[in-house]
Amino acid sequence: MNDTICAIATSQGVGAIAIIRVSGDESISIVNKIFKGKNLEKVDSHTINYGHIINNNEIIDEVLVTIMKAPKTFTAEDTVEINTHGGIAPTNKVLELLLENGCRLAEPGEFTKRAFLNGRIDLLEAEAVMDMINAKTDSQRKMAANQIEGKTSNLINELRNDMVQIISNINVNIDYPEYDDVEIITQDILKPKISNLKEKINKILKESENGKIIKDGIKTSIIGRPNVGKSSLLNTLLEEDKAIVTDIAGTTRDIVEGQIKINGIILNMIDTAGIRETEDKIEALGVEKSKKIMDESDLILFMLNNNEELTDDIRELLTKINDKKYLVIINKNDLDSKLNRNELNVEKEKIVEISLLENRGVEELKQKISELFNMEEIETKDPTYLSNTRSISILRKCLNRVEDIEKSIKNNIPIDMIELDIKNIWEELGTINGSSYEEELLDEMFSRFCLGK
Amino acid sequence: MYDIIVVGGGHAGCEAAHASAVKGHKTLLVTSNIKNIADMPCNPHIGGSAKGIVVREIDALGGIMGKVADKTHLQIKMLNSAKGPAVQSLRAQGDKIAYPKEMLNVLNSLKNLTIKEGMVEDLIVDNGKVKGIVLENGEKIESSIVILTTGTYLKADILVGNTRTRQGPHGEKPSNHLSDKLKEYGFTIKRLKTGTPQRIDRKSIDFSKTRVEPGDDKYLTFSFDLEPQYKIEDQIPCHLTYTTEETHRIIRENLNKSSMYGALDDIEGIGPRYCPSIEDKVVRFSDKERHQLFIEPESRYYDDMYLQGFSTSMPPEIQDKMVHSLPGFENAKILKYGYAIEYDAIYPTQLKNSLETKVLENLFTAGQINGTSGYEEAACQGLMAGINASLKLEGKDPLVLKRNEAYIGVLIDDLITKGIRDPYRLLTSRAEFRLLLRSDNADQRLRKYGYDVGLINEEQLKKLNEKEKNINELLEWAKNNKLKITAEVEKEFKENNIQIPNATLTYEQLLKRPEITIAFLEKFKEIPFDNEIKEQVEIFLKYEGYIAKAYKEAEKLIKLEKKQIPQDIDYDKITNIASEARQKLKEVRPTTIAQAIRISGVNPSDISILSVYLKKEYGKNE
Repeated sequence: MNDTICAIATSQGVGAIAIIRVSGDESISIVNKIFKGKNLEKVDSHTINYGHIINNNEIIDEVLVTIMKAPKTFTAEDTVEINTHGGIAPTNKVLELLLENGCRLAEPGEFTKRAFLNGRIDLLEAEAVMDMINAKTDSQRKMAANQIEGKTSNLINELRNDMVQIISNINVNIDYPEYDDVEIITQDILKPKISNLKEKINKILKESENGKIIKDGIKTSIIGRPNVGKSSLLNTLLEEDKAIVTDIAGTTRDIVEGQIKINGIILNMIDTAGIRETEDKIEALGVEKSKKIMDESDLILFMLNNNEELTDDIRELLTKINDKKYLVIINKNDLDSKLNRNELNVEKEKIVEISLLENRGVEELKQKISELFNMEEIETKDPTYLSNTRSISILRKCLNRVEDIEKSIKNNIPIDMIELDIKNIWEELGTINGSSYEEELLDEMFSRFCLGK
Repeated sequence: MYDIIVVGGGHAGCEAAHASAVKGHKTLLVTSNIKNIADMPCNPHIGGSAKGIVVREIDALGGIMGKVADKTHLQIKMLNSAKGPAVQSLRAQGDKIAYPKEMLNVLNSLKNLTIKEGMVEDLIVDNGKVKGIVLENGEKIESSIVILTTGTYLKADILVGNTRTRQGPHGEKPSNHLSDKLKEYGFTIKRLKTGTPQRIDRKSIDFSKTRVEPGDDKYLTFSFDLEPQYKIEDQIPCHLTYTTEETHRIIRENLNKSSMYGALDDIEGIGPRYCPSIEDKVVRFSDKERHQLFIEPESRYYDDMYLQGFSTSMPPEIQDKMVHSLPGFENAKILKYGYAIEYDAIYPTQLKNSLETKVLENLFTAGQINGTSGYEEAACQGLMAGINASLKLEGKDPLVLKRNEAYIGVLIDDLITKGIRDPYRLLTSRAEFRLLLRSDNADQRLRKYGYDVGLINEEQLKKLNEKEKNINELLEWAKNNKLKITAEVEKEFKENNIQIPNATLTYEQLLKRPEITIAFLEKFKEIPFDNEIKEQVEIFLKYEGYIAKAYKEAEKLIKLEKKQIPQDIDYDKITNIASEARQKLKEVRPTTIAQAIRISGVNPSDISILSVYLKKEYGKNE
């Protein structure tokens, strides 16, 4: 017996309409209590009903109420959706009335969780729906839609299919050792098959990393000495995209200052130490702190002053930059040049010359960022990869196991022991889309090989 | 009045009767024909991949199959000896005369056991409890518990060409009414089928056109208690031949004469996937030019040779042509034609993990009646049914082996949890913990259980304890002894193409390297332990990483096995469970969450709902 939950399903704020979703055994009877119009408990399932939401006799809003009875609803429970006339005040009032009449406010993601628990959607779909709800850009939406349709599942199934062929062949070698007309899988035969598997997993993983970028955005930090123009750069970039600037707490312990959208990709700007400091207050750059921030970033925008010679602390930080995606931005090109570019031990094409004061070079900077992440490609390509952390981490685990297998092959470990690792990967992969089933293996064995007395 | 009545004298019945009698219960074994006790109506071998390990497990628990086979076989070999230790398994060529004779001797020596001929056609049932049996002639015999091990004899039909004859494998009378009675009592009955190939006169085969398949030239035993009872040089070989293009042509042209391909239109039984008829093989694998056939001797005492791989339900005149088309069989004399057999079995999800039925109390079933195939599968169920029936009489909890403890555990759990589609055969691939379920360690896994239930005596247990002590001592020894790299040692390494260690290493460190064996190291220094002990230590050190991983996986299972599901649970009360899952859960009634997960059609979401419900309704599920 699930209690009845409700929540505003549309995004908060001013919109043409707002939808409040109610799900649970009592959803219809509760809504009926505050509805003036037809008796909702008597109407057919999957109908839209016109009427008013009332509090005692006071009309709160003119509404359309959709009645959907279990099990053919998103949560597989009785579900009611109330379409109100947008507006924060009336929508909240309707929500309040529902709560007063026996509903409970839904926890974040609870509708999806119920859909999952009621067997309406599988785990992968549930994750995709959550992504869809959180989707901010077109790419995200496209990717979420793909995942629901099972393109990701296909990708995983293809991998598993390759593996089940190897596994069943080894199993036949074990269970029917007297048969001399079945190919005997040896270390030499296995080796290229495993390399192929590794390649495929690596490819999915690489694409998934891009997928993660689409979904989560790129963690970006602006590093540089005080007074170099970090705040100005941030403000300039933010300026162009005010609509999505929010002060939201990031998923990690760091605070995201704001989000910038470039070619549909989100940059999550990390609040770097000292960035809020007043420009005139000269203070040494916190080297250790900067290193830590650089470590956590996906993209480092390293700012230098054209009007200043290279200092030791900067030199030290620059040695750490090469294993990250980065751009070196040289600001204040409106002033005399005192910075010796030849002393910079970085790739030439990673240097961007700008002047924030004269608003020069900002477009070029954006272009460079875009190129760095192949954003145009990501944007246009059909994104079919895994985008959630759980799936990616399972795949990584599988990759580790594949590497173990390579070692075992090299060490001449018996094939039947190596098979245990292969089977383990096969099962792990199955947990990504929830299809691990022993019979699958037996069927494969007996359909491919001719065995028996 | 008996304590336990065992119905059927096949491999399941013999083990059940033996266990029950040894445990001191007054036991009656009823068989339709004493001559057919421990009969091998189909293939003449015992053991094989996975099955050989089961025979070792039976022996470890105190059963008799391994010892009887050791005393009577024609040849024995270790399968997969070139592969890892987890998949090695013994296979012996049995003797169809000597094996049953020896088995009857063992049973006759048991003072608590009576053997009686008779056909059982009904049970005495009172208020959902079984209280005995009713014979064909109306005679009633009472007992506290009945174990049914009727094999293929429930409504057995022999199918040859377009004929269907109601009879058992040797033309015996089958039981006509027992399965109908079981249906009346509430059992779901499933019709299964299997088949057997021709028997050929040894003297009429030209073996020069076949390949010899001898036994191993190393002494081997199934039993942990017996010294080898045979001489290597006295073993009788098997032979190998192949089907020809001509064979395939004959089969294709006469396909409609096979019972299974249209000659009989009332076939309901589902045949085993792993055991297709030659017709099936030719049709389904039409691109294969030839199929392997093994020629196996059935006995030292008569001339029948079993033609493994050639099972068929063609009419005799076509079988003649088929056999004569095989190399070496041009003039072969067929002594017995191949046939298919259809029989009734009960659907095994109706059993508890003790093998007592859920439908009738005090009724246990074991062997082919539960939908399995194979002598070893039958014997191990018979043993468990015998043990658990006895434990029930003694007021004790049943012995339930887990999937990480024994192939027997895998088999019974598969049966009662997943049910069957076709006759069930054990395969190594069914065991997720096969690295733990090895042939070499069956005694270490199971002897203590055998001792606890009273089938293993003090002396046998002492032997095991001694063995375990020696293993630990040798492990210690390997840790503390080093191999000094002398010129002589270096030379040996070089000659054997093994990389020379660049430091002085302990024996433990050396043995961890895949290419270094104890046998190799003994070139330098004798290691003062028995071969059996050395083998254990070598496996342990060499595959330690893999074994540790398997134990870790097993622990996950054990944790889930601890999450009990109360037997009074009402699945209709769990509102959000998917309807297919609900139906399956109601059918199987799993005892633990681990078992519930293994039921096909029960999804992870159903499991989470079930767990939530248990927590809510029964509180402390963790």
